[in-house]
Amino acid sequence: MSRRKTERLLSLVVCLLSAGRYLTATQIREAVPGYPDSFDAFKRMFERDKDELRELGIPLETGTNSALDEEAGYRISRQAYVLPDIRLEPDEAAVLGLAARVWRRAELASAAEGALLKLRAAGIDAEETSQPGIEPRLQTGEAAFGPLWEAVRDRRPVTFGYRAAGRSAAQVRHLEPWGVVNRHGRWYVMGQDTDRQQERVFRLSRIDGPVTFTGRPGTVTVPPGADVREAVRDWDAEAPVQQAGLLRVRRGAGHGLRRHAVSAEPDVEPGWDRLQVRFSDSGWFSEQVASFGADVVVIEPPDLRDAVIRRLKGVLA
Amino acid sequence: MTSAAPRPEAGPPGPGSGLARPAARPAAGAAVPAVPAATAVRAPTATDRLQRLLALLPYVVTRKVVGLAETAAAFGVSERQLVDDLNMLWCVELRSPDPYCPIDLSYEGGEIVVSEAESMDRPLRLAVDEASALLVALRMLAEMPGLQERSALSRTIAKLEAAAGTAAAPSSQVAVQMDDSAAGTVAAEIAGALAAGRRLHLSYYVPGRDEATERDVDPMRLLVVEGRTYLEAWCRRANALRLFRLDRVLALQVLDLAAEIPPDAEPRDVDKGLFRPSPQDVEIVLELASAGRWVAEYYPCEQVEELEDGMLRVSLRTPDTRWVRRLALRLGEDGRIVSPPELADLAVADAAAALAHYP
Repeated sequence: MSRRKTERLLSLVVCLLSAGRYLTATQIREAVPGYPDSFDAFKRMFERDKDELRELGIPLETGTNSALDEEAGYRISRQAYVLPDIRLEPDEAAVLGLAARVWRRAELASAAEGALLKLRAAGIDAEETSQPGIEPRLQTGEAAFGPLWEAVRDRRPVTFGYRAAGRSAAQVRHLEPWGVVNRHGRWYVMGQDTDRQQERVFRLSRIDGPVTFTGRPGTVTVPPGADVREAVRDWDAEAPVQQAGLLRVRRGAGHGLRRHAVSAEPDVEPGWDRLQVRFSDSGWFSEQVASFGADVVVIEPPDLRDAVIRRLKGVLA
Repeated sequence: MTSAAPRPEAGPPGPGSGLARPAARPAAGAAVPAVPAATAVRAPTATDRLQRLLALLPYVVTRKVVGLAETAAAFGVSERQLVDDLNMLWCVELRSPDPYCPIDLSYEGGEIVVSEAESMDRPLRLAVDEASALLVALRMLAEMPGLQERSALSRTIAKLEAAAGTAAAPSSQVAVQMDDSAAGTVAAEIAGALAAGRRLHLSYYVPGRDEATERDVDPMRLLVVEGRTYLEAWCRRANALRLFRLDRVLALQVLDLAAEIPPDAEPRDVDKGLFRPSPQDVEIVLELASAGRWVAEYYPCEQVEELEDGMLRVSLRTPDTRWVRRLALRLGEDGRIVSPPELADLAVADAAAALAHYP
C-alpha cells in the first residue's frame, strides 16, 4: 500500500509541476494513475494527498487559470518549489557536514538529514569530516522539546504542568512561546505567561507531563524586539555585585577556590594559605566553601562565615 | 484498483538508453527492504521515500553521470533500494491528455544518467525544520571555542539563509549558548595539537577529590556535549581513555612528541550519554529537600522517587564516593546520604571536623 501511495504521490507532483497551470480535480484524476474509480473515494484520497504534500513543504496552490473558470484548480509553481541556487566552497561544505551531525539522534536529526539530502541534490558535496577530531552535539533529552519547538515554529499557545524550582507539586501554566533556548546544555522555553501577564522562562526538564496546544497556528504574536538570542546574551551580561572575602585554605587543597582567587599568600599558621576571593552570591558561595570541609575556613565577611557554619551544622542535624 | 500502468514499450527511448525493463515488482503488500540507517527511529513512510525520490533526479542531473554505489551511499540506502527508486521514477506515467513518461534515465553499467527529468531537475526548497536544524547548528558552531573555520561558518550561514528564504526565519527563535567563556584559548591549543598529532601535558583539576593533577595525554577529539566542551584523550597516567572538561584544565603545554593512541582504544558513543555507570560502582541513595532538588537534574540519577513529605529520593552509581561526601557538606540540611550508611557517617565526621575551626 505504501509503495502504491509513493507512486501516486510522485506522479501527482510530477503532473502538477510540469503542467505549469492550474488543473482541476477531474483533470488530475484523469492524468494521475492510482486513484480509485469512485469519485467520492477519489476526493477523500486526493484531500489526504494534498495535506501530505503540503506537510512536506511542497507549495501546492489553489486558483484558476482565468476569471472565466468556474472550478478552482491546483498547481505547483516551479518558482515556489525549487530551492534557489546555492554554491558552497569546499570549506563551507565541510562545516555544513559538521553542522548536520550536531543533532544526531536528537529531535531535529531527521530534519538535518532531509536538508542535507536537498543540498546534495543541489550539487553540494557536504563532507562527512571537517576539522579532524571535533564532535559537537546538541541533545534533546527533554520530552517537551518536540512539541514546544512545533509551538514556537507554528506560533501556537500551549499549556503544561510545571514544577518550579524547589517545589514538589506541578502547577498548570499557560504560555505564548516566543523561542527555545539551550543554555549550558539545558533547554528553556521563553514567552508570555498568560496567567501572570508577564514574560517568563521555563526549564524543559521541569515540565511535568504532556505539552498541549491551546490555539491554532499563527495565533501567537512575538513582540518586536523579543529576540531569544539577545535575551540569552543578556542573562550573562548582568553584572553581579561582587563582595570580597578572606579565607584560610590548607596548602595542597581548595584548588577550586584557588583558581579564582584574587591573591594567595602563606598564612601565619604553617601549612595554610590566606586567599582573597570575590563572589556575587553568598548563598551559592557558602555551599561551595562548605564542600571543602575542614580544608577551608572563612575569616570574613561574617555573613559568609555564618552561612557556612549553618550548612555544616545542617549535616549534623 | 488500478496500479500505475507499466511503462509502455513505445515510450520515448532515451538517447543511448540501454535500460533494462525494471526489475519485477514485489507483490503488493510485500515489505520494502529496511533502510539500514543508524539514525532511523521509525519505519520509513511513503512520504519519506517521496522526499528521497524528489532529491534523486536533481542529484544525478547536477552531476551529469554518477555511480550507483556512490549515490546509494550519499542517500544512505542499499544499491538494491536505489535501483528500486530509479525504476519507480522511470515508471512514472501521466495518462492525460496523452499518455507520456516524463522521466527517462539509465543506470547501465553502474552509472546513472538522466536524459529527461522534465521539471524535476531541481530539489525542493528547504522546509522550516530543515533550515532551522542546519542554521541553529551552524550558529552553535560559530560560538564554539577552538573551531578554526569562523569565516567558512559565517559565509555558509549567509548562503543558507539566502537559499532558505522565509523558511530561515523561525530558526532565530532558537538560541544555543555554551558554557565555555573560559575555555577559548585552551580549546584552540588543543585543536592545534589534534591537527598536528601532538602529545599534551595537562594540569587538570579533579573537583571530586579537590586535586590538581599532572599528566601527559594523547588527544583524540574535542566533544561538545550538554553545552560543555571535553577533550577525549588517551591518558598516559591511567593508561586508559579519559574525558577532560576544558573548564577544569588549569594549564596546558603542547609537547614536542607525537601522540600515540593505542589502535584498540574505543572512543565512547557520546550519543548514549557521557557517563556510563558500571556494575562495580557503589550505589548511593540521597534524600533531598526542596532546595536540594537540583541534584536530581545535575547528576545522572538512576531512580528518582517523590516521597510523601515533599522530599525526593534519588539513587545513582559512582566509582568514586569522595565527591558524594563533598556534596553532602554542600547540601547541609537540604539533603542527606541515606545509603551507604558508612558514607553518611563519614560526611557527618567531615562536617564536625570543619566546624571545629569555628569555635
